[in-house]
Amino acid sequence: MSDLTTRITMPQSASKGDIIEIKVLARHIMERAIDAVGLKPSPRKIIHTFRVSYAGEEVFRMELSTGIASNPYMSFTTVATETGVVLFEWLEDGGARHTRVQTLIVS
Amino acid sequence: MNRQGITRRTMAGGLALVPTGFALAQGIDATINRSQSDRNFEVTERELLAGRLPINAGITLDIPTLSENGNSVDVGIKVDSPWTRDDHIRMVHILSEMNPFPVVARFQLGYRAGRADVATRIRLAATQKVVVLAETTRGLIHRAEQEVIVILGACLEGG
Repeated sequence: MSDLTTRITMPQSASKGDIIEIKVLARHIMERAIDAVGLKPSPRKIIHTFRVSYAGEEVFRMELSTGIASNPYMSFTTVATETGVVLFEWLEDGGARHTRVQTLIVS
Repeated sequence: MNRQGITRRTMAGGLALVPTGFALAQGIDATINRSQSDRNFEVTERELLAGRLPINAGITLDIPTLSENGNSVDVGIKVDSPWTRDDHIRMVHILSEMNPFPVVARFQLGYRAGRADVATRIRLAATQKVVVLAETTRGLIHRAEQEVIVILGACLEGG
């Protein structure tokens, strides 16, 4: 399930109450189903949802369309509340789900 | 006119004059999700506003005014908000005037985001207006728009 190359940039630790910035990049073609003369038609295959939970609670969700560039990138913020696992999930057309986890240490 | 004489710039300009049929003009059927593609930009924006008058302030939109390549256009969005538990930004929409699908992306934020500060990279089919709507938990909508000149539209390249 984890044939998705990803890069997550976020601090490893933060002070309680800090707003931290998280930048996420995944390697994905974001196939938008072009059916043009001379091109082989291919079904739409994009990452349609990206969501992030932190210490068990969803803190960010993004719905993507074919209007998002290939190798989808997003950045967002979250408040450091407690030491815990940050779970990143990419949901792809066809039902595949890719996940990554990072731990944020909060002091 | 000699085809060789047509510059990229005039092609991009010509495309911008075609309102919504640019995909058809290119012989491309980009309408896979018909329930969404049947709704044009104006209808989509009206539905999101739901009769509310948008506040044309509070959003800092960071998009280049000229983009060489419509396949990847950086978009940064910041929205001013008091950010309290009952008054913060809960949803940010990126809308495109000319793409096959008007809703490019939606960001769902919560109180735990701490502030509204998101970014992504989008595809733009042609020179067009990009509109951002940000909804607060109190039901207000902030709106910002920017015209982006696209030299090489995303649909032309097929990749």
